[in-house]
This record gives sequence, structure tokens and C-alpha cells, in this order.
Amino acid sequence: MSLPTDRQYTAEHEWVQLSGDVARVGVTEYAATSLGDVVYLDLPDVGTQITAGQTCGEIESTKSVSDLYAPVTGEVAEVNTEAVDNPELVNTDPFGTWLFTVRTTGQTAELLEADAYTALTQG
Amino acid sequence: MTELSTPLHAEHLAAGAAMTDFAGWQMPLRYTSDRAEHQAVRGRAGLFDLSHMAQIEVHGPQADLALDAALVSAVSRLRTGRARYTMLVTSEGGILDDLIVYRLADDEFLVIANAANRATVVDQLTVRSASFQVGIVDRTTSRALIALQGPRAAEVLATQTAADLDALRYYSATPTEVAGVPVLLARTGYTGEDGFELSSAAVSATELWQALLEAGEDAEVVRCGLASRDSLRLEAGMPLYGQELTDQLSPYDVGMGRLVHLDHEFVGHEALAARAEQPPRHHLVGLQGEGRRAARAGYAVFLAGEQVGEITSGILSPTLGHPIALARVDRELSADTDVTVDVRGTPTPMTVTKPPFYRRQN
Repeated sequence: MSLPTDRQYTAEHEWVQLSGDVARVGVTEYAATSLGDVVYLDLPDVGTQITAGQTCGEIESTKSVSDLYAPVTGEVAEVNTEAVDNPELVNTDPFGTWLFTVRTTGQTAELLEADAYTALTQG
Repeated sequence: MTELSTPLHAEHLAAGAAMTDFAGWQMPLRYTSDRAEHQAVRGRAGLFDLSHMAQIEVHGPQADLALDAALVSAVSRLRTGRARYTMLVTSEGGILDDLIVYRLADDEFLVIANAANRATVVDQLTVRSASFQVGIVDRTTSRALIALQGPRAAEVLATQTAADLDALRYYSATPTEVAGVPVLLARTGYTGEDGFELSSAAVSATELWQALLEAGEDAEVVRCGLASRDSLRLEAGMPLYGQELTDQLSPYDVGMGRLVHLDHEFVGHEALAARAEQPPRHHLVGLQGEGRRAARAGYAVFLAGEQVGEITSGILSPTLGHPIALARVDRELSADTDVTVDVRGTPTPMTVTKPPFYRRQN
């Protein structure tokens, strides 16, 4: 599977697309497949301060609940209400479904390029 | 533990199944999507590999007496071709397994037990039948078990067998051929739908599996994994060993007192006779909620601020669209009682309801 190269990835199977000081965050296809059918998203509220590497929400599938980790530090700017209302979008289009955006201070968790992330999921 | 695989292992891999370890077996968790497989069984039909389940043959002139002495139900009263859901308990009355006993002949029975409890069941049946003329043979690894479940299961199966399916009632079984393969065909299941379970020789499993998939093409029969099996059984209000049932609970503690026939002698009789006279120590109740957030196993249940028990299984019901759960509580709670469940720190209202959560039409 080839990953979009227009963004970066975390070891927690999230993707981050940085544009200026705004980071758009979603989860990878690998995460979506491992989780199974996503049924509920608990995302941070707009205005919440989140810290890179710390949990900031939950993603719940038919079988399990997983934490979402903040890939960057900053203030949550927008939440994708379409994804909240239709959590199955995470399964059908994980790379096209952003979950929230963050106005970041520049501090980030360790971010991987597509090839490094691919190596991680295939290791 | 060495990981076991079923005779259909290669089929599952070829179909792209996500595999999981279940009681020491490599089993398909899902092939595509839990929900799609769940909905296929509710709307059409699904095909399950259940070959991990223990298949134990009990035969001999005293097979019926031996099983009577080992199980809470008097299975000697079963007529040939009929099946019964029953339990194996400790001498203290704790549930060691829930299982189905099929009477195949006067002197022959098949016991289908949970994969995780296979050794326990084989050992206990053997020990408890020591003074009877009976043979106990674990056939699990030389047999396969395939389930075809759903409203269109009978129609699909009818194209592959000469057996009279209309005459095969719920909890009945008959030896026959399906797709040319000799099977024990039973009208049983764990999904809340009409359906069948087919026990065949392990070597014939692939042939049988492929024939059923092919026969089911028009009806859009799909392969189903253990994830959908779990959500289907929970909607149908059926307990799962290790979740709702444990050796710390008696049949009375889980609302299954009706399985216990106190008018026959069996291991655990004395303890259960005493329990039958007392109020149950635990109760198994259904809960339903709103929204999309499931109350899952282990979450605490509160009544007016006091913890009264915990969730044993819980999901967002794919069919109903709201959270459903079974919970073990320490008192009787009538239907419509409002309780609160701690969903990872969020107090979440749920309402007591009598299972099943889902009941099929007709």
C-alpha cells in the first residue's frame, strides 16, 4: 500500500498535514484496518490546549477503544463534525478524513516520513 | 501453547481474513467489516468456521447415564435427534462450561463445548463417567464445524441437501449429506437467527465450505468472523463463557436455573439444591442506552450512586443503533430501572431491559 507523501506520520498511526502553523490530523489506513469498524469519535473541543505525545481523545470501534494522541502541541482550531457524525468515514477514507486541526506552537511528537512509517507498519 | 488452526485455515487466509488468537486457535476475526458481516446474518445469511469448538463423542450402553451424572440437565430424557443446552458445574455448583448435547442414537451423544474449556470438559466427563460403561472421545481435531446462519440459510442449504429442512426443528439434528459430504446437520446457532450447524470430517471441511459459499452466491452469503459472532450473540442476549459465565457463578446467578434438573443426581447437585432455596447472589440483566458510546466489559454499574455490579459484555448494537450490554448485578433490578454506567470516567445513563435485545420476526 502506498501512503500519501504530502504529510507525516506518528508511531501511534496518526497522520499530520502541516500548512503554516496549522496541523490537520487524522488516522492512517493501518490504524483504521486494525481497529475495525469505527463507531464513535471523542475529539477534543475547539479551543482545547493539547500537548504533543499526550492523549487528546478516543476512537472507538465495534470491538475496542483506542486513545488518540496529540501529534503536535497547540490549540484545537476545528473539529470535523462530518467525521463525528459519520465515524465510518475513518474506515472508508482514512487519508481523506481529517479529525481535527491544531494551531500549533511548532512542538511536535516524533514525525515520520511516509517511507519510514511504512517500514514501521511492516516491521 | 502451540497455536491450533482449523481445517479451513488456508481458506481464511486466501479470503484475506484478519486472524486472531482465540483460546489457542488461529481464527478469523473478520473478513471485511464486523458490521457488514453482522448485517449479512440479520438480513441474508453468513457462513462461520466454528471448528475450534470442542466436539466430544460420548458412546456406549450407559452413555445417557454417564452424561446425566456429569451435567445439570437430565439428558437421558432427550429423544434421538434432539439437542439440549446445558451446563457442567463444579461440586460447589460453579459453571465450568455451557454446552450443547445432541442425542445421535440410544447409545451415542455429541457434546459441543467451548474451545477454551475443551480440556476441562473432556477431563470432567471422563472422571465423572468412570463407573459407567461409556467411551469419551475428543473428536475436535478430526472434525470441522461450520455454521450457516440467517433468514436465507434454509433456502441456501436446501439446494445442497436432500434432508427435509422443514421437518428439522430448532434444537434438532439429523445425519445427512450436504454437497455430497456426510454431516451431522443441526438446527442450532448463536446468532438469534434461524440457522444450521454442520459437523463434518475435517478432511471434507473445505469442500463443504466452498459448496455453501457457491450455493449462497445469489443470496449474497458472506464469510463471517468471530467479531460478528460476538455482536450477534449479544444482540440475541446469549451469554458467553468467560464473560457472563464463570466458575464463580452458579446457573441460578445467571438466570439459568431452568437448566438445572434437581430430580436427577449429578456432580454439584447438593450445592445447587441448596442454592435453589436461596435468593440468587447475582443477577444477569440487560442494559440499553442512547448515543453511540458502548458500555464495555468491566465498566461499573451504579444505582442511585451505589455500585451494584459491572458490565460483562457491551457493544454499540449494529442492528439497533444504540448501546446494549449485559451486566452482572448484586440485586434484582426490574425492567425500566435507570442505572448509571461509568464509561471511562463519564457517568452514562442506561436502562434495565429484559434480553434478548433483538428478536427475529416469526
